[in-house]
This record gives sequence, structure tokens and C-alpha cells, in this order.
Amino acid sequence: MSLYEQFAQRVRENLPVALASVIDGPHIGSLLLVTPEGAQGGTLGNAELDRVVARDTQGELEAGRTSVRHYGPQGQTTPEDLHNTPTVRVFIDTFSPPPMMVIFGAVDFTAALARVAKVLGYHVVVCDAREVFATRRRFPMADEVLVTWPTPLFTERGARLTQRDAVCILTHDPKFDVPAVIGALATNVGYIGVMGSRKTHAKRVERLIEAGVTAEQMQRLMSPIGLDIGARTPEETAISICGEIIARRTGRGAPSLRDGDGPIHK
Amino acid sequence: MRDLLDDLDRWKAQGKPIAIARVIDIEGSGPRDPGAAMAVNGDGEVIGSVSGGCVEGAVVAEALTILHGDNQPRLVTFGYSDDEAFAVGLTCGGIIHLFIQPLTW
Repeated sequence: MSLYEQFAQRVRENLPVALASVIDGPHIGSLLLVTPEGAQGGTLGNAELDRVVARDTQGELEAGRTSVRHYGPQGQTTPEDLHNTPTVRVFIDTFSPPPMMVIFGAVDFTAALARVAKVLGYHVVVCDAREVFATRRRFPMADEVLVTWPTPLFTERGARLTQRDAVCILTHDPKFDVPAVIGALATNVGYIGVMGSRKTHAKRVERLIEAGVTAEQMQRLMSPIGLDIGARTPEETAISICGEIIARRTGRGAPSLRDGDGPIHK
Repeated sequence: MRDLLDDLDRWKAQGKPIAIARVIDIEGSGPRDPGAAMAVNGDGEVIGSVSGGCVEGAVVAEALTILHGDNQPRLVTFGYSDDEAFAVGLTCGGIIHLFIQPLTW
């Protein structure tokens, strides 16, 4: 199979893949095909350069980033090593499946959040243990509607969640919230939001501490969920949640409800 | 490049020479992010885009020069403030760096 055929197959199967190309320097136009497992084919003209670029490309795949990096002809990266050597510029073009948002709880807020998440390009999974609520008819905009508990869902998919993905827990039910939070904390997911008033959150924190969650782990939870934009309706709340996800990713100081006090609705 | 695969497969099956242009970097504002791609075949057929339509014409000309010439990849930049580039500048005022490469892999 040619490099192009391998590449096209991975993209069509929605599997992460990257093309690292020399765009300047020796061996311009040469290519390395990289997956999260490592280099799969091609060469940039030097085995050590291939190794270093494959390593960096794996990192870019994890982050879902496309970038240009500079190396020495043998993969040197430190300024001392790069002194007086020709520079190889490598374009790392990553192709990642869409980020995933897992929403726990089949409620009205879920439908609105799923809609907004679709606009932002997420693969949306709705999960609730209650068969009568978790139906395709109620969530036609979701990519998947699963009737299951959080623990089996995280057992099956937890390892695939990365910094680009989000878990939103909208259930308000300790039976479901606690395993959902614990399951999410065991993954590398980039955003964990949990819905509920400050009072509900305080009670939930007690239950989570009983379940063995540490204060440090608790820092990852965005609860109450969303930005402090005065959202009331499910649709407005969905925007406030997605706004918070964007702000957390970009590191901007949009005010989050978690970081204030007083009533959420003024 | 995801959107180009079906046409690329067809062109390859027909044995047409193909050049792919990809956005590798944007300075200032640019309409498409790095990774945006278009492809040109030896007959001058075009798929995909690398900007909001501002530089595509110039990219096709450059791609055909490669396909009908030395077949060597090259870096191309659009959006200089000199007169020549003004003709193919971006309406948003940014600078766009492209890598154009024959699809021989």
C-alpha cells in the first residue's frame, strides 16, 4: 500500500493520523506517516530525524494541533545543537477524529447542549441508565444515545478521552453523578463539568470525598457548570457550558460560576 | 484534505498528475487554518480551497507550473504589501504560507 493509500484509509476510518513533511531544507517534500502508535511509513531522510519528528507528531496528534517545527538534519532540537547547521522545517499536519462530548443525564438541558456541541463539531454521546428517557427520538441530534451506567461506559471508552474531549454531567442524581465524576476523573479528559446549584455541589463534594476523591482531583471539576453569563434556559445554559469549555482550552479569563459566590441566578 | 480524498482517488486512477497545496502558516488574520488544502490536476481541474477565494487562482498557476515543469515542491507566500502580491493579496490583510507538492507518494 502506498503512503497515500495508508493515509486515506486512516482518514476514512476516522482514525487519528498525521503527515509530517519537510517543507524547507534537505529532502524537501519527503514525508513521514505517523499514528498515535508511532511512525508507520516514509522517511524524512535520516533515521534520528524520523524518530524525533515521530515523537513530536504523536504529541501533536494527542493535542489535535497542526504546526511547523524546526530541527537539525539529524533531528537536533536544542539551540546549541542547531547552531551552524542547516535547519529542516517540518510541517506536522494532523488529522484527528472529531472531539467527543459525553453528556450524562437525558434531560432537557441535554438536548440543548447536544445541539450546541454539534455546531462546535463534537461527536456527541448521550448516556442515561433510564431506558424511557435515553431514546434516539428525544435526542435525534446526538451521534449516540446509550442506555448504560457511567462505570461501564468509562471502562469501554475512558482510555480514548483526551484533552480535546469533554464530559458534562447533568443528572443531578447522586446514584449517577458520583460514578460519573469518579469515572471521568480517571481519564485524561480535558473538561469535566457537573451541573447543580452550589448547595447540590457541596453535598456532592461530601459524597465524592467519602468515595475517596482527593481535593486535588476535585480541582478538575467545573461545578457549578458554565460561565457566569446569566443563562437561564436550557439553550442559554448550553452556550454558557460550551463557552466555558472554549475558555478553559484557550486559557482565557472568562468568569466561571465556580470562581464566584452567591446565587447563580440574580 | 479529508474532503479531497474521493476526487484524489479518481484522479489517481485516471493517472493524472496532481499537486496538493496546503496552508502551513497564517500571519495576522486568515480565512482558513493551517491544514486547509486544495488540489490541482494536470488538466487544471481544482478541488478544495486554501483561502476565501483570494489566492486560489494564483495557487492553480503555481501548481501547474510545478506539474508542467520541474515537479519540485515549493513554499509560496501570498499577502506581501508590494504591487505584485497586491494582485493576489488576502482581503483580510493577513499573510498566508503554502506548501505546494506533487502527489507522488
